[in-house]
Amino acid sequence: MFRPSHFTAVLLFALFASTVFGITMRETPKRMFKYGAYCFALFVGAAIVLSWVMYLIAR
Amino acid sequence: MATAANKTSAGKQEQQGFVYLPLIAGWLVPGAGHFLLGKWIRGTLLAASIILMFALGLAMHGKLYTGGPEILDLLGFIGDLGNGAMYFVAHLLGLGAEPVMVTTADYGSKFIVVAGLLNVIAAVDAHNLRTGRKEA
Repeated sequence: MFRPSHFTAVLLFALFASTVFGITMRETPKRMFKYGAYCFALFVGAAIVLSWVMYLIAR
Repeated sequence: MATAANKTSAGKQEQQGFVYLPLIAGWLVPGAGHFLLGKWIRGTLLAASIILMFALGLAMHGKLYTGGPEILDLLGFIGDLGNGAMYFVAHLLGLGAEPVMVTTADYGSKFIVVAGLLNVIAAVDAHNLRTGRKEA
């Protein structure tokens, strides 16, 4: 059984989803890459920010 | 002039045929719609992303939804169906049938559903390339 940590699962999820978003939402390879990287950063950044928010709320 | 007209006519004929083939192929096998259109790199990246996501979901002991009276089960089933042939093969092999007991398995279930939704996006992209709605 594959048992990744929560953060590893976030990274994998963000990588796969960003790859598909980049390829399907833009038309040239350069723009695909930039949009994919942007989505990846947003996915991971949002997960980190929300994690801190939940941590602070729970205190 | 006549030659140019003939070329245009030949081009249109090439564009004819079954317009929905890349859409259906892309749904059944991730990336196949792009392969049919000669987009090898895009197809490979899409296939790798979607197949890996589905396989990792199963490796995490994620659940394959089979429908049911609960709305979340039904929505999960619709998402899972987006995986096309992979869903049916995994279902026939009895994978993803165990109940979700650990957190990782819950992540796995979400990976499988999202892989299906991403596959639908990829198949629609192949259709848009085929119809010319999106520039190649």
